[in-house]
Amino acid sequence: MTATVPRLTASFDEAPLTLVRRRWRPGLLLLLLVAFVGLPWLGNDYWLNAILIPFLVLSLAGLGLNLLTGYTGQTSVGAAGFMAVGAFATYGLLLRVPGLPLPLALLGGGLIAGSVGLLFGIPSSRIKGFYLMVTTLAAQFFLEWVFAKFPWFYNYASSGTISAPRLELFGHDLSTPVGRYLLTLGCVVLLTWVAVNLVRSQVGRNWMAIRDMDTAAAVIGIAVERDKRMAFAVSSFYLGIAGALWAFAYLGTASAGSFDINRSFQILFIIIIGGMGSIAGSFIGAAFISLVPILLSHAGQWLFNGNVDAGQLQNLQKVLFGALIIWFLIKEPEGLARLLGDLRERIRVWPLRF
Amino acid sequence: MRRTLPRLLFASLFVAGVQALLPTITQAASNQQFIPMATYRVGAYASSGIPWWAGEIDYFRYINEVEGGINGVKLVWQECETEWNVDRIVECYERYKGGLDGAPTAFFFTHSTPGSYALMEKGAADRIPLIDGAGGRTESTDGSVFPYAFPLLLNYYGQASVGINYIAEREGGFDKLKGKKIVTVYHDSAYGRETQAPMTLLAQKYGFENIQIPVADPGNEQSGQWRQVRQIKPDWVFLRTWGVSTPVGIKTAARFGIPVDRIIGDVWAGSEADVIPAGPAAKGYQALAPFPGGDGFEIHKRLRQSILDTGKSDLKDRSYFGKVYYNIGLINAAIAVEALRTAQAKFGNRPLNGEEARWGFEHLDIDAARLKASGFEGLLPPLKLSCSDHEGGGAARVQQWDGEKWVLVTDWVQADRATLRPLIEAKSAAYAKEKGITARDCAREQ
Repeated sequence: MTATVPRLTASFDEAPLTLVRRRWRPGLLLLLLVAFVGLPWLGNDYWLNAILIPFLVLSLAGLGLNLLTGYTGQTSVGAAGFMAVGAFATYGLLLRVPGLPLPLALLGGGLIAGSVGLLFGIPSSRIKGFYLMVTTLAAQFFLEWVFAKFPWFYNYASSGTISAPRLELFGHDLSTPVGRYLLTLGCVVLLTWVAVNLVRSQVGRNWMAIRDMDTAAAVIGIAVERDKRMAFAVSSFYLGIAGALWAFAYLGTASAGSFDINRSFQILFIIIIGGMGSIAGSFIGAAFISLVPILLSHAGQWLFNGNVDAGQLQNLQKVLFGALIIWFLIKEPEGLARLLGDLRERIRVWPLRF
Repeated sequence: MRRTLPRLLFASLFVAGVQALLPTITQAASNQQFIPMATYRVGAYASSGIPWWAGEIDYFRYINEVEGGINGVKLVWQECETEWNVDRIVECYERYKGGLDGAPTAFFFTHSTPGSYALMEKGAADRIPLIDGAGGRTESTDGSVFPYAFPLLLNYYGQASVGINYIAEREGGFDKLKGKKIVTVYHDSAYGRETQAPMTLLAQKYGFENIQIPVADPGNEQSGQWRQVRQIKPDWVFLRTWGVSTPVGIKTAARFGIPVDRIIGDVWAGSEADVIPAGPAAKGYQALAPFPGGDGFEIHKRLRQSILDTGKSDLKDRSYFGKVYYNIGLINAAIAVEALRTAQAKFGNRPLNGEEARWGFEHLDIDAARLKASGFEGLLPPLKLSCSDHEGGGAARVQQWDGEKWVLVTDWVQADRATLRPLIEAKSAAYAKEKGITARDCAREQ
């Protein structure tokens, strides 16, 4: 076959320019070093348990949804449903397959969530936009119902709640705050690395072509339907792992109610505020959504402790948080990632005007 | 210049937030006991949260102002808003488990069954007692496996049993229950399903017919369920709904001609917020009340005199004074105060840590004399906890809605705790096995 393919002249045989120059970025290395070594060493229980672990898990969930919504352009409001699949599947695997190591159970939970995502991605080959969003809404309610209705999924517990089995990795106990943090961080770093490479690969470029204009993508020979389904599967895989980590590394327990529609909206807001189609945006958005309310609550207590009525203060925090969201979206509709990117460019030429 | 002010504002807020997040240098231990409060004054459950936390704060203020603290140890508290979200409750717990400014944390009010589940292992690891009156995880009644969880007063199994015992009383004896049809209409959630196991057990024991009908969350539309109830023609209906599903249930029942005085509501379906929206249909509706409503108890007189009339109350709307949720707050606060008092008798009159407070809760013994002295007679049953029994009372009164207020129609109805105990022990043993916990030997605990 190859013989019949007309070849370009030798000088055009290779890619005309290097698209992404691989280099060691000292900033990234430093960040990883701080995250893996510095924070466990410095951080107390509060920082690890209540701030860093939920931030990382929500970032991962945001990343998962970003692959589907930000990169492929398929809006989904069913993110939490797929997180629930991941959590319940991981629990089921650990419970019913004796001796299964934790990483494999997590992977299995992710794969099961991915295949469920593939199933719910099938309608995407026929319907688009708002109509597709409604099918993901159906997925959300259906999955929530399944995990509340059938006791087999939660091992016939009277309350419908699953609780974390023992977290162990190669004989190490991971149930301490540091252990759970490192487990979460390890998963997030690994999956982020995969995602960065994925969106730069052929698959990622296909997704972006579909997002920008699916008819044009089909014309240039991209298998639009297949790639859309694949985006659903990969996104659900990420969300599934995030769900399992949310249930077991963070809260230690979960029920169908932990993954309700509000969680889906939370994840959707993470990517809208952080930046659609941006890996860093998922992290920035998660930081904003999960950390700013806590920051405001601390600030409120520190500033007005005892002088302002507690109920008013809490309503005020809500108002301020909402105002911040509106302000940031007016300033930069493309999200905080873009805002920070512009800021970096500005600092680079400072003190000259941008 | 135009932008300086907002920027300054944001910067100062940010700095303030970060500063508060940094671990504070522990000040010299003061003679204060710290109480963290995971409140919900905002969000879907604010209507129950606001009077509830007001009741707790008013009682703590009363202890501080009138009694000078618990044996001289003043109570200080700090709120964090959770909107009843589990993740925010966990954040609040982590923030304050180590105390505040040198005042130690002795216990944590979860006041949320999902929250209790999520904190179960963390509380045990950090040695902080988790208090969730008439809620929580039923099997944590067995304190030998769950040393730091306290589903005080009346757990979910107890609620089912009190309901059945009251029905038996009305029918004229347990032998009359045979062949009766008792329908449970329940909120299809962890909370609603929790009583299925004890109901099955009690149905076997007394020979009544146990029919369970679920209502999906949120329960705005229940025609299907009540049509089914109508076809069954039950002798009694046990209503275990929550939030909006309660008034809708009562109204729909009336529409289908189910007599309202044959419907008995559960603890969490028995507040003013549950019956007022149902209007006249709710008149005659009865509900279990481990936390009875009403503002005529002795403690209310004392609070009115020293807290409400002096403007120190946390209530914005004084009409909530003595309402069911306010009294829930009062009762929870009072039990906690009594437990600290008990623990102080052993460890000395000083601020206590979680482990010492657990001892206090496990040796809590509120007898009739103590109830009278503290002003809670009629509002709280005599309560005695132990290492193996983290529930205590196991009783509730029954109150009836007369169209304007709740009227208590019975004295304390005791749950059949001996019958339920094997069920609880089987569950806690399963939990111990799953988690690899060795149960404490309660016979050797002192």
